[in-house]
Amino acid sequence: MKILDKKQLAPEIVKFVVEAPLIAKKAQPGHFIILRYKENGERIPLTIADFDREKGTITLVCQGIGKSTREINQMEKGDSFLDLLGPLGKAYPVQKLGTVVCVAGGLGVAPLYPKAKALHEAGNRVIGLVGAQRKEMLIMAEEMAAVCDELQFSTDDGSFGHHGLVTEPLRAVLAREKVDEVVAVGPVPMMAAAVKVATEFNVPVVVSLNALMVDGTGMCGGCRVTVGGQTKFCCVDGPTFDGAVVDFHELLMRQRYYRDQEKEALHRCKLEEAGK
Amino acid sequence: MRQQMPKQDPQTRRSNFTEVAQGFTAEQAQAEAKRCLNCKKPLCVEGCPVEIDIPKFIALLVDGKPDEALAKIKEKKSLPAICGRGCPQENQCEKNCILGRKGEPVAIGSLERYCADWGRARQGEEPASATPAPVKGKVAVVGSGPAGLTAAADLALLGYQVTLFESLHAPGGVLRYGIPEFRLPKAIVDYEVGNLIKLGVEIKTNVLIGKTLTIDELFATGHQAVFIGTGAGLPYFLGIPGENLNGVYSANEFLTRVNLMKAYRFPEFETPIRIGKRVAVVGAGNVAMDSARTALRLGAEEVTIVYRRSREEMPARLEEIENAEEEGVIFRLLTNPVRLLGDESGNVTTMVCQKMALGEPDASGRRKPVPIPGSEEELAVDTVIVAIGQGPNPILLQGTTGLALNRRGYIEVDPETLMTSIPGVFAGGDIVTGAATVIAAMGAGKRAARSIDQYLTRQKDCGVNP
Repeated sequence: MKILDKKQLAPEIVKFVVEAPLIAKKAQPGHFIILRYKENGERIPLTIADFDREKGTITLVCQGIGKSTREINQMEKGDSFLDLLGPLGKAYPVQKLGTVVCVAGGLGVAPLYPKAKALHEAGNRVIGLVGAQRKEMLIMAEEMAAVCDELQFSTDDGSFGHHGLVTEPLRAVLAREKVDEVVAVGPVPMMAAAVKVATEFNVPVVVSLNALMVDGTGMCGGCRVTVGGQTKFCCVDGPTFDGAVVDFHELLMRQRYYRDQEKEALHRCKLEEAGK
Repeated sequence: MRQQMPKQDPQTRRSNFTEVAQGFTAEQAQAEAKRCLNCKKPLCVEGCPVEIDIPKFIALLVDGKPDEALAKIKEKKSLPAICGRGCPQENQCEKNCILGRKGEPVAIGSLERYCADWGRARQGEEPASATPAPVKGKVAVVGSGPAGLTAAADLALLGYQVTLFESLHAPGGVLRYGIPEFRLPKAIVDYEVGNLIKLGVEIKTNVLIGKTLTIDELFATGHQAVFIGTGAGLPYFLGIPGENLNGVYSANEFLTRVNLMKAYRFPEFETPIRIGKRVAVVGAGNVAMDSARTALRLGAEEVTIVYRRSREEMPARLEEIENAEEEGVIFRLLTNPVRLLGDESGNVTTMVCQKMALGEPDASGRRKPVPIPGSEEELAVDTVIVAIGQGPNPILLQGTTGLALNRRGYIEVDPETLMTSIPGVFAGGDIVTGAATVIAAMGAGKRAARSIDQYLTRQKDCGVNP
């Protein structure tokens, strides 16, 4: 659970390479872990962004949004996470399909990358579409370039690549050629939009959901999502689901439930930082 | 007269997490112990799932030897401080007590708790227990709830090197995440876990068997037998519209946030919980009572138990129902939720219920609740806690090839040996029986330990290298 390497990828976004031989041995694209960084800390789910079975390491990418994630990002090389549990969730079933478009928004590149890599290794033609708010928030571009046959960027402010939403290049690609599957990972509104576009073109679309959860092992049911009219647990039934039948509206509502508490915790955290 | 254990006043306790029942004083324990008739044929022992020599330990108390009384209990039971609090004695030992036929039975559970707390208060003074050197072999125990803790303790005492695996970051299972602080202080769980470590048990948290490691890998790393005591652990929901609205929790989630993650001390502890003014708890078992009483302590103004049958069928212990009532929990019986309504943010606001009547007995022998047509009513709610039981968690079961399950999806075991369809793999507790009691799980852990010892001894005698 020791941090072997740390790299700042973008403002507030940090990559950690962590010693976790048992988890690395079993990790598959789509798996996630739960970590606690200190005694009073939350259990934070993070996708395994990469793994090296030989070195016994996994890569985690964390965006400092709330108090806990900001504090995690202050940890340094040589520090250890207190608890690390995994690999959790169902693996994304990698198949040779033909052409697959991998669409990421913001931090979504981290969970998307191992899927793109595995799809590439399985002999698919992989088209990567990576979107972010602005140029400096684009992450893991080199890694994606290494596993994509074609890679396009887009930024909301036009500071790099296509000026606009990542769904626009997605629409262009789907209009241009036959695609066998779309894999979309990112913020809920982005995934919902990507699903809408893919569905218009009748292309199957897979998403990776980031519901709130506590234990990550099916025990609490806090990560309930409605998929195809049925309640599923994101932790044990997912986090990869058929995007066409996910109730994104419900997911978005559920993600926002603790917003006031999160704000309060972050506010106190900032006060403490200011006091130092 | 049966001694009454002092309790915190309901008005005070409903807003704190300190233990409600405070234990017998020495005088009370003495007076209560003297009530025991020391029957020649003690029926109480027959009612005890682990067959503690009850009259003997009580006699030792009368003689003023609580240390020896505790040792007597510990011959049969590893975790007396927990059982003295959590066992449903009224259905077990105390139910059979001769005194109960005309008056009130001896308060056996309270006396057991007295002995255990006596020992705990003197921890450090007690001589280090003589642990036999671990020479007999190596056993893995999966799950550190009541079944796993008991199996691990007994196996260690039998001379095995035990590795205890837990998926959460702290050991104890339901004792840790489920049963609230005011009913079972976590310091007691820590104490009992500490005793286990003293016995030489190695505890590995953050390991999910079926994911992090497989059963096969446990054998490959030198374990000669495996005990699975993972509990039930997959919460049931009602399956009604609106159940995924915000503010609808499974009892597991609600209690885990509070007990394991200590959300009641947010933001000092970072896991949040939201509790509204009006809380409805669906179900009437012990977990429902725990949830309702926890909700009160988190500051809810009105907490209602919604249960589709009548008072008579409520599965919770009478003591817990009374505690909840004293603290002000409202009971809406013969009432069944049919749908939940929410606001524009997706937060639950209303529980629509239907009144029920009791019909013919069903498969469980209890009279089946039947809806009364046209009886829908609305209950305003900010939080709903679903406490209607749980099913088998699929992770270990799906991750283990060759493990036979029964029709209900629980692990099938030989009723005598508790061995599963995989040789050398044993199972017990809720993952075999479905949700039951802490003491039943402990009993299973105990039997499994004995059975594993016999199995490994036999393997050795036959020259098999397991």
